[in-house]
Amino acid sequence: MFLTYLRRELRNRRKQTAVVAIGLAVAIALVMVVSSVSAGVRDAQADVLESVYGVGTDITVTQNAQPGEGGGFGPGRFDFDAEDGEATDDGTREIAQERLRTSPGTTAFDASALDTVAGLDDVTGVAATLELTSTSFSGEMPDFDQLSEAGEPGAAPGQAGDGDGQGRGQGGPSSFEIDQQTITGINPAADAVGPLTTTEVADGRTFEASDTGADVAVLDAVYAEQEEIAVGDTITVGGTDLEVIGTVASTTGEGVETAANVYLPIDVAATLADMEGQVTTLYVQVDSSSNVEAVSTAIGAQLPDATVSTQADLAEGVSGSLSTAASLVSTLGRWLSVIVLLAAFGLAILFTVSGVNRRTRELGTLKALGWPQRRVVGQIAGESVAQGLIGGVAGVALGGLAVLAVNLSGITLSGSAGAQIGGFGGRGGGPQMGQAMQDAAGEAAGGGPAGFGGGGGGGLTGTVSDVVLHAPVSLWIVVAAVGLAVLGGLVAGVVGGQRAARLRPAEAFRSLA
Amino acid sequence: MYQIENVSKTYTQGKRTVHALRDVSLRIADGELLSVQGPTGGGKSTLLQALGGLDRPTSGSIMLDGKDLATMNDAGLTRVRAETVGFVFQNFNLIPTLTAQENVETALVPMGVTKADRARRALEALESVGLGERADHLPGELSGGQQQRVAIARALVKNPTVLLADEPTGNLDEETRDEIIDLLEGLWKEQGLTLVMVTHDSAVAARTPRRIRIAKGRLKELTGS
Repeated sequence: MFLTYLRRELRNRRKQTAVVAIGLAVAIALVMVVSSVSAGVRDAQADVLESVYGVGTDITVTQNAQPGEGGGFGPGRFDFDAEDGEATDDGTREIAQERLRTSPGTTAFDASALDTVAGLDDVTGVAATLELTSTSFSGEMPDFDQLSEAGEPGAAPGQAGDGDGQGRGQGGPSSFEIDQQTITGINPAADAVGPLTTTEVADGRTFEASDTGADVAVLDAVYAEQEEIAVGDTITVGGTDLEVIGTVASTTGEGVETAANVYLPIDVAATLADMEGQVTTLYVQVDSSSNVEAVSTAIGAQLPDATVSTQADLAEGVSGSLSTAASLVSTLGRWLSVIVLLAAFGLAILFTVSGVNRRTRELGTLKALGWPQRRVVGQIAGESVAQGLIGGVAGVALGGLAVLAVNLSGITLSGSAGAQIGGFGGRGGGPQMGQAMQDAAGEAAGGGPAGFGGGGGGGLTGTVSDVVLHAPVSLWIVVAAVGLAVLGGLVAGVVGGQRAARLRPAEAFRSLA
Repeated sequence: MYQIENVSKTYTQGKRTVHALRDVSLRIADGELLSVQGPTGGGKSTLLQALGGLDRPTSGSIMLDGKDLATMNDAGLTRVRAETVGFVFQNFNLIPTLTAQENVETALVPMGVTKADRARRALEALESVGLGERADHLPGELSGGQQQRVAIARALVKNPTVLLADEPTGNLDEETRDEIIDLLEGLWKEQGLTLVMVTHDSAVAARTPRRIRIAKGRLKELTGS
């Protein structure tokens, strides 16, 4: 009788059933879309973070450089002597110089920190890297010997931009090029955690334990293609020739660059940069996500000068449209869901109570027939829950379609995270260069050293990744959505049932008299 | 069967206190057919509701087979309504979404009768009131007289010892009224029911062996019992 009565009531009160179910369905669909998109954005953030920090990294440890410290804020100065390079017949000198130093904004710290962190409870893996930036200057400059012999004044200001510059003084033309590449020294024997864990070999091979101390390099596949470098070629870093043994590509997306242009065995990188016994980043893996905060605190206590970042901290550092989407989902989406959900619950309660009021005689009759109170209340609650269930199923279908539409629309989010890399300001080679050359000319007369000022300061332009938003629909979202709708029905049923429970059969008939 | 002693009932309607019954005493024997007459608002329906355990009196006692309905708890009254008393209402009070047979079955639900038994007994009850062929019809598809027959079948399907009818012919034309009264009279004789019937209709009241009148909450015996 319960199911027969329930079925008939829902069928015969189609309008009420439809309104309540649609209200709940819209709310549930919205909750589902927000949850799925939120999960999608989280996954996208994780992809962006993994492309920089690798898979399985729970904590990173770095040490920020202070202005004026060894860590870079810009590529620093290139110092030239008047006799540097080779003189050419057209009154210029061909000059090339390379600087290898820690990446701008970071500074190196003692490698013993690796053992300190490895010794902490709940730490299951630690890998150290030495992240460097190689900046090279190459080009032609006026030959100051020839200038002084001719008694001409210094060169006119040069004009330059975007790292390339050209200046033409009266003593001869100048043109130069500034290249920059990011270099990461890693431990060839440690492959469980670190930046290479989100890469796959594109060509050749990656590091093996036996590569420790060897003059070998692995290149980012995108960088290798741009620079037309193949496996087996030789590249020069810090004045040392290194054999390219392989290229690696990011696993987070096609055409996405990995964390660095060049990877070297960490001991080789340290030797080339004259930074033996130093590292710039520790990648830490913790046994359980619940222990991340505790380990983070312990590292902070052991290494007071270090910057300790958990995945959550790092996620906050993700910028770009991905960050905007995350913010939108977590604020507007969440509140909108709550408001619509409350409205749907309110609607369900209103209709249920109104239904009970309309059915006063019917419910009073059932009580007069000897239906126990719990049976009458159960009937009302059952109808309400069934409406919620219908709304939940419709909401899951509606939400599923909406999520499908989101996924099919191929929304691409762009995010950048992590590494600070230096950038040359557009004016880097301009007036400064001209002034530098003037200085150089003046110094040349006295035989002293000449120098170039650096370009613009370092910028937070880390690895940029484009991630296509994929909003996953997990089983728990479906269960939670239906559960929410049923809860809405149950709340409405309880309120309506209480109204029905208060109904005394005689009063029901009297009120209708 | 019933022994009613000094029953009074007052209730509030807005800011007004209504004295529905004033010190009413009455005895109803087993198998008696009794009609209750009186003006609207005189207390007829209140008396019927008190007899059926739908409401408790403000004071006095209503003994039904030795149990006082005036002091019985809700669960006890519910059990009495489910097992002992059948109701027939002026407006039929059928559930509009259930068929005639399902409406009759609702009276067997609180007794824990199995589904198959419910269906069989409901169909038998409908046949006993001449509506076996209309078992699958919804109330809206039946005439007023047919709906009241369904309501009577619902009241009797559980084999009650008491049948309380509140103006059972109030919404019917004369021809249908006579059919329903014939039916109730026949069932009363066949089943040995105690039948208490509230009516405005003197023609209906004239057919009952015992008549009482309630006006302004006070009871007056019109025939000797």
